[in-house]
Amino acid sequence: MIDIGLGHYLTLGAVIFSIGVIGIFLNRKNIIVILMSIELILLAVNINLVAFSIYLGDLAGQVFTLFILTVAAAEAAIGLAIIVVYFRNSGTIRVEEIDKLKG
Amino acid sequence: MIAHAIFFYTFSIIAVVSAIMVTASKNTVHSVFFLILDFISISCLFIMIGAEFLGMIMLIVYVGAVAVLFLFVVMMLNVAQQKNQWFAGQATSKHIPVGLIISTLIFFEIIIVIGGWKYKPEIFDINNSLANTSVSNTHSLGQILYTDYIHVFQISGMILLVAMVGAIVLTFRQRSGLKRQSYIKQISRERAEGVEVLEVQSNKGVKIDD
Repeated sequence: MIDIGLGHYLTLGAVIFSIGVIGIFLNRKNIIVILMSIELILLAVNINLVAFSIYLGDLAGQVFTLFILTVAAAEAAIGLAIIVVYFRNSGTIRVEEIDKLKG
Repeated sequence: MIAHAIFFYTFSIIAVVSAIMVTASKNTVHSVFFLILDFISISCLFIMIGAEFLGMIMLIVYVGAVAVLFLFVVMMLNVAQQKNQWFAGQATSKHIPVGLIISTLIFFEIIIVIGGWKYKPEIFDINNSLANTSVSNTHSLGQILYTDYIHVFQISGMILLVAMVGAIVLTFRQRSGLKRQSYIKQISRERAEGVEVLEVQSNKGVKIDD
Protein backbone atom coordinates (compact mmCIF):
# COMPACT_ATOMS: atom_id res chain seq x y z
CA MET A 1 0.00 0.00 0.00
CA ILE A 2 2.70 2.44 1.00
CA ASP A 3 5.06 1.58 -1.84
CA ILE A 4 3.50 3.36 -4.81
CA GLY A 5 4.25 1.56 -8.06
CA LEU A 6 3.11 1.39 -11.63
CA GLY A 7 0.02 -0.62 -10.68
CA HIS A 8 -1.38 2.19 -8.56
CA TYR A 9 -1.28 4.64 -11.44
CA LEU A 10 -2.79 2.11 -13.85
CA THR A 11 -5.59 1.43 -11.37
CA LEU A 12 -6.27 5.15 -11.06
CA GLY A 13 -6.43 5.34 -14.85
CA ALA A 14 -8.84 2.40 -14.94
CA VAL A 15 -11.10 3.98 -12.33
CA ILE A 16 -11.27 7.32 -14.14
CA PHE A 17 -11.83 5.57 -17.49
CA SER A 18 -14.74 3.60 -16.04
CA ILE A 19 -16.25 6.73 -14.52
CA GLY A 20 -16.06 8.36 -17.95
CA VAL A 21 -17.82 5.40 -19.56
CA ILE A 22 -20.49 5.47 -16.85
CA GLY A 23 -20.93 9.17 -17.52
CA ILE A 24 -21.55 8.56 -21.20
CA PHE A 25 -24.11 5.84 -20.54
CA LEU A 26 -25.97 7.34 -17.63
CA ASN A 27 -26.21 10.90 -18.78
CA ARG A 28 -29.54 11.61 -20.38
CA LYS A 29 -29.83 15.30 -19.78
CA ASN A 30 -27.07 17.25 -21.38
CA ILE A 31 -24.80 16.53 -24.29
CA ILE A 32 -22.09 18.82 -22.88
CA VAL A 33 -21.62 16.42 -19.96
CA ILE A 34 -21.08 13.63 -22.49
CA LEU A 35 -18.25 15.68 -24.03
CA MET A 36 -16.82 16.13 -20.55
CA SER A 37 -16.96 12.36 -20.02
CA ILE A 38 -14.98 11.91 -23.22
CA GLU A 39 -12.40 14.32 -21.81
CA LEU A 40 -12.25 12.15 -18.66
CA ILE A 41 -11.61 9.05 -20.77
CA LEU A 42 -8.79 10.78 -22.64
CA LEU A 43 -7.39 11.90 -19.29
CA ALA A 44 -7.33 8.28 -18.10
CA VAL A 45 -5.45 7.29 -21.24
CA ASN A 46 -2.97 10.07 -20.54
CA ILE A 47 -2.43 8.80 -17.00
CA ASN A 48 -1.66 5.33 -18.33
CA LEU A 49 0.77 6.62 -20.94
CA VAL A 50 2.63 8.89 -18.51
CA ALA A 51 2.86 6.18 -15.84
CA PHE A 52 4.27 3.68 -18.32
CA SER A 53 6.64 6.30 -19.71
CA ILE A 54 8.03 7.12 -16.28
CA TYR A 55 8.28 3.58 -14.97
CA LEU A 56 9.71 2.07 -18.16
CA GLY A 57 12.10 4.95 -18.75
CA ASP A 58 10.91 5.64 -22.28
CA LEU A 59 9.95 9.17 -23.24
CA ALA A 60 7.80 8.12 -26.22
CA GLY A 61 4.80 7.77 -23.92
CA GLN A 62 5.01 11.40 -22.89
CA VAL A 63 5.34 12.49 -26.53
CA PHE A 64 2.18 10.60 -27.37
CA THR A 65 0.43 12.13 -24.37
CA LEU A 66 1.21 15.49 -25.92
CA PHE A 67 -0.45 14.42 -29.17
CA ILE A 68 -3.48 13.06 -27.32
CA LEU A 69 -3.73 16.44 -25.62
CA THR A 70 -3.73 18.12 -29.05
CA VAL A 71 -6.43 15.86 -30.42
CA ALA A 72 -8.52 16.29 -27.26
CA ALA A 73 -8.37 20.06 -27.55
CA ALA A 74 -9.35 19.91 -31.24
CA GLU A 75 -12.18 17.51 -30.45
CA ALA A 76 -13.51 19.73 -27.68
CA ALA A 77 -13.46 22.79 -29.94
CA ILE A 78 -15.25 21.06 -32.83
CA GLY A 79 -17.73 19.30 -30.54
CA LEU A 80 -18.66 22.48 -28.75
CA ALA A 81 -19.03 24.30 -32.09
CA ILE A 82 -21.40 21.59 -33.30
CA ILE A 83 -23.38 21.84 -30.05
CA VAL A 84 -23.65 25.62 -30.38
CA VAL A 85 -24.90 25.31 -33.97
CA TYR A 86 -27.38 22.60 -32.99
CA PHE A 87 -28.68 24.67 -30.10
CA ARG A 88 -29.10 27.63 -32.42
CA ASN A 89 -31.11 25.57 -34.89
CA SER A 90 -33.26 23.44 -32.64
CA GLY A 91 -33.28 25.21 -29.29
CA THR A 92 -32.33 22.20 -27.19
CA ILE A 93 -29.31 20.06 -26.45
CA ARG A 94 -31.12 17.57 -24.29
CA VAL A 95 -29.95 14.09 -25.23
CA GLU A 96 -33.42 12.58 -25.48
CA GLU A 97 -34.63 15.25 -27.88
CA ILE A 98 -31.73 14.99 -30.29
CA ASP A 99 -33.33 12.48 -32.62
CA LYS A 100 -33.09 14.11 -36.01
CA LEU A 101 -31.01 11.23 -37.35
CA LYS A 102 -33.62 8.70 -36.15
CA GLY A 103 -30.92 6.67 -34.41
CA MET B 1 8.30 6.95 0.11
CA ILE B 2 5.72 7.85 2.75
CA ALA B 3 5.35 11.32 1.27
CA HIS B 4 4.92 9.81 -2.18
CA ALA B 5 2.14 7.57 -0.91
CA ILE B 6 0.40 10.37 0.95
CA PHE B 7 0.45 12.70 -2.03
CA PHE B 8 -0.60 9.94 -4.44
CA TYR B 9 -3.61 8.95 -2.36
CA THR B 10 -4.62 12.55 -1.71
CA PHE B 11 -4.53 13.59 -5.34
CA SER B 12 -6.04 10.38 -6.67
CA ILE B 13 -8.93 10.48 -4.20
CA ILE B 14 -9.60 14.09 -5.18
CA ALA B 15 -9.41 13.09 -8.84
CA VAL B 16 -11.77 10.14 -8.52
CA VAL B 17 -14.32 11.99 -6.39
CA SER B 18 -14.35 14.97 -8.74
CA ALA B 19 -14.66 12.64 -11.74
CA ILE B 20 -17.73 11.09 -10.11
CA MET B 21 -19.10 14.56 -9.46
CA VAL B 22 -18.57 15.53 -13.11
CA THR B 23 -20.96 12.82 -14.19
CA ALA B 24 -23.35 12.98 -11.23
CA SER B 25 -23.71 16.71 -10.73
CA LYS B 26 -27.11 18.10 -11.64
CA ASN B 27 -25.87 21.53 -12.60
CA THR B 28 -23.70 21.61 -15.71
CA VAL B 29 -21.66 24.55 -14.42
CA HIS B 30 -20.74 22.51 -11.35
CA SER B 31 -19.69 19.66 -13.65
CA VAL B 32 -17.30 21.99 -15.46
CA PHE B 33 -15.79 23.14 -12.17
CA PHE B 34 -15.31 19.56 -11.01
CA LEU B 35 -13.69 18.79 -14.37
CA ILE B 36 -11.22 21.61 -13.70
CA LEU B 37 -10.50 20.20 -10.23
CA ASP B 38 -9.93 16.78 -11.79
CA PHE B 39 -7.45 18.15 -14.31
CA ILE B 40 -5.58 20.07 -11.63
CA SER B 41 -5.19 17.05 -9.36
CA ILE B 42 -4.08 14.82 -12.24
CA SER B 43 -1.52 17.39 -13.31
CA CYS B 44 -0.24 17.47 -9.71
CA LEU B 45 0.18 13.68 -9.99
CA PHE B 46 2.09 14.12 -13.25
CA ILE B 47 4.42 16.67 -11.69
CA MET B 48 4.90 14.38 -8.71
CA ILE B 49 6.06 11.36 -10.71
CA GLY B 50 8.47 13.41 -12.79
CA ALA B 51 6.60 14.47 -15.92
CA GLU B 52 6.74 18.19 -15.12
CA PHE B 53 6.32 19.40 -18.66
CA LEU B 54 3.16 17.41 -19.25
CA GLY B 55 1.74 18.48 -15.90
CA MET B 56 2.21 22.13 -16.77
CA ILE B 57 0.88 21.61 -20.30
CA MET B 58 -2.18 19.91 -18.82
CA LEU B 59 -2.75 22.93 -16.61
CA ILE B 60 -2.35 25.38 -19.49
CA VAL B 61 -4.25 23.48 -22.17
CA TYR B 62 -7.02 21.86 -20.18
CA VAL B 63 -7.67 24.29 -17.34
CA GLY B 64 -6.74 27.38 -19.30
CA ALA B 65 -8.35 26.60 -22.61
CA VAL B 66 -10.61 23.56 -22.80
CA ALA B 67 -12.40 23.96 -19.47
CA VAL B 68 -12.90 27.68 -20.04
CA LEU B 69 -14.31 26.84 -23.48
CA PHE B 70 -16.75 24.43 -21.84
CA LEU B 71 -17.68 27.10 -19.32
CA PHE B 72 -18.28 29.64 -22.08
CA VAL B 73 -20.55 27.26 -23.98
CA VAL B 74 -22.48 26.22 -20.89
CA MET B 75 -23.11 29.82 -19.94
CA MET B 76 -23.85 30.89 -23.53
CA LEU B 77 -26.41 28.15 -24.10
CA ASN B 78 -28.13 28.98 -20.82
CA VAL B 79 -28.49 25.34 -19.84
CA ALA B 80 -28.31 25.99 -16.12
CA GLN B 81 -31.74 27.60 -16.17
CA GLN B 82 -33.25 24.81 -18.19
CA LYS B 83 -32.31 22.12 -15.76
CA ASN B 84 -35.61 22.07 -13.89
CA GLN B 85 -37.48 21.59 -17.10
CA TRP B 86 -35.03 18.90 -18.13
CA PHE B 87 -35.38 16.94 -14.95
CA ALA B 88 -39.17 17.00 -15.06
CA GLY B 89 -39.83 13.88 -17.07
CA GLN B 90 -36.86 11.58 -16.91
CA ALA B 91 -36.90 8.00 -18.11
CA THR B 92 -33.44 6.93 -17.08
CA SER B 93 -34.36 3.57 -15.57
CA LYS B 94 -33.63 1.70 -18.79
CA HIS B 95 -30.15 3.08 -19.31
CA ILE B 96 -28.75 3.00 -15.78
CA PRO B 97 -28.39 -0.80 -15.35
CA VAL B 98 -26.94 -1.29 -18.84
CA GLY B 99 -24.44 1.49 -18.36
CA LEU B 100 -23.41 0.30 -14.92
CA ILE B 101 -22.94 -3.28 -16.11
CA ILE B 102 -20.85 -2.28 -19.12
CA SER B 103 -18.71 0.12 -17.10
CA THR B 104 -18.02 -2.35 -14.30
CA LEU B 105 -17.17 -4.98 -16.91
CA ILE B 106 -14.67 -2.61 -18.51
CA PHE B 107 -13.23 -1.70 -15.13
CA PHE B 108 -12.70 -5.31 -14.06
CA GLU B 109 -11.23 -6.22 -17.44
CA ILE B 110 -8.64 -3.48 -17.04
CA ILE B 111 -7.95 -4.52 -13.45
CA ILE B 112 -7.48 -8.15 -14.55
CA VAL B 113 -5.05 -7.02 -17.24
CA ILE B 114 -3.08 -4.95 -14.73
CA GLY B 115 -3.10 -7.71 -12.12
CA GLY B 116 -1.98 -10.41 -14.51
CA TRP B 117 0.76 -8.34 -16.03
CA LYS B 118 4.25 -8.80 -14.57
CA TYR B 119 6.96 -6.32 -15.26
CA LYS B 120 10.57 -7.29 -15.30
CA PRO B 121 12.59 -6.31 -12.25
CA GLU B 122 15.37 -4.70 -14.29
CA ILE B 123 12.88 -2.13 -15.56
CA PHE B 124 13.28 -0.20 -12.35
CA ASP B 125 17.01 0.15 -12.93
CA ILE B 126 16.19 1.92 -16.17
CA ASN B 127 13.74 4.06 -14.26
CA ASN B 128 16.42 5.11 -11.80
CA SER B 129 18.82 5.94 -14.59
CA LEU B 130 16.16 8.17 -16.15
CA ALA B 131 15.49 9.91 -12.88
CA ASN B 132 19.11 10.58 -12.09
CA THR B 133 20.13 12.24 -15.33
CA SER B 134 21.11 15.87 -15.16
CA VAL B 135 18.88 16.70 -18.15
CA SER B 136 15.46 17.93 -17.12
CA ASN B 137 12.22 16.36 -18.29
CA THR B 138 11.35 19.29 -20.54
CA HIS B 139 14.80 19.28 -22.11
CA SER B 140 14.81 15.58 -22.92
CA LEU B 141 11.22 15.72 -24.19
CA GLY B 142 12.11 18.56 -26.52
CA GLN B 143 15.16 16.70 -27.74
CA ILE B 144 13.10 13.80 -29.05
CA LEU B 145 9.96 15.76 -29.93
CA TYR B 146 11.73 17.98 -32.44
CA THR B 147 13.93 15.26 -33.94
CA ASP B 148 12.35 11.81 -33.93
CA TYR B 149 8.73 12.94 -33.85
CA ILE B 150 8.95 16.09 -35.96
CA HIS B 151 6.51 14.89 -38.63
CA VAL B 152 3.93 13.81 -36.08
CA PHE B 153 4.40 17.13 -34.33
CA GLN B 154 3.70 19.07 -37.50
CA ILE B 155 0.68 16.91 -38.30
CA SER B 156 -0.70 17.68 -34.85
CA GLY B 157 -0.28 21.35 -35.71
CA MET B 158 -2.31 20.75 -38.85
CA ILE B 159 -5.00 19.07 -36.74
CA LEU B 160 -5.21 22.17 -34.57
CA LEU B 161 -5.43 24.39 -37.66
CA VAL B 162 -8.24 22.28 -39.13
CA ALA B 163 -10.07 22.32 -35.80
CA MET B 164 -9.79 26.08 -35.60
CA VAL B 165 -11.02 26.60 -39.16
CA GLY B 166 -13.82 24.09 -38.63
CA ALA B 167 -15.03 25.71 -35.44
CA ILE B 168 -15.06 29.15 -37.04
CA VAL B 169 -16.84 27.91 -40.18
CA LEU B 170 -19.45 26.06 -38.12
CA THR B 171 -20.36 28.91 -35.83
CA PHE B 172 -20.05 31.79 -38.30
CA ARG B 173 -23.29 33.34 -39.42
CA GLN B 174 -24.25 36.43 -41.36
CA ARG B 175 -26.73 38.46 -39.37
CA SER B 176 -29.44 40.20 -41.36
CA GLY B 177 -30.77 43.63 -40.47
CA LEU B 178 -27.49 44.78 -39.02
CA LYS B 179 -26.17 48.23 -39.99
CA ARG B 180 -22.49 48.18 -40.83
CA GLN B 181 -20.06 50.86 -41.86
CA SER B 182 -18.86 50.38 -45.43
CA TYR B 183 -15.68 52.26 -46.18
CA ILE B 184 -15.91 51.65 -49.93
CA LYS B 185 -19.38 53.16 -50.03
CA GLN B 186 -18.30 56.14 -47.96
CA ILE B 187 -15.22 56.92 -50.01
CA SER B 188 -16.85 56.44 -53.40
CA ARG B 189 -19.71 58.80 -52.70
CA GLU B 190 -20.02 61.54 -55.30
CA ARG B 191 -21.36 65.05 -54.87
CA ALA B 192 -24.18 64.45 -57.35
CA GLU B 193 -25.81 61.68 -55.33
CA GLY B 194 -25.40 63.34 -51.97
CA VAL B 195 -26.30 67.02 -52.45
CA GLU B 196 -29.16 68.66 -54.24
CA VAL B 197 -29.69 72.42 -54.54
CA LEU B 198 -33.29 73.50 -54.29
CA GLU B 199 -35.04 76.78 -54.80
CA VAL B 200 -36.98 77.41 -51.62
CA GLN B 201 -40.01 79.59 -52.04
CA SER B 202 -41.10 81.73 -49.14
CA ASN B 203 -43.85 80.40 -46.87
CA LYS B 204 -43.41 76.93 -48.34
CA GLY B 205 -41.24 74.30 -46.87
CA VAL B 206 -39.06 71.86 -48.67
CA LYS B 207 -40.17 68.29 -48.86
CA ILE B 208 -37.23 66.07 -48.10
CA ASP B 209 -36.90 62.34 -47.87
CA ASP B 210 -39.65 61.40 -50.28
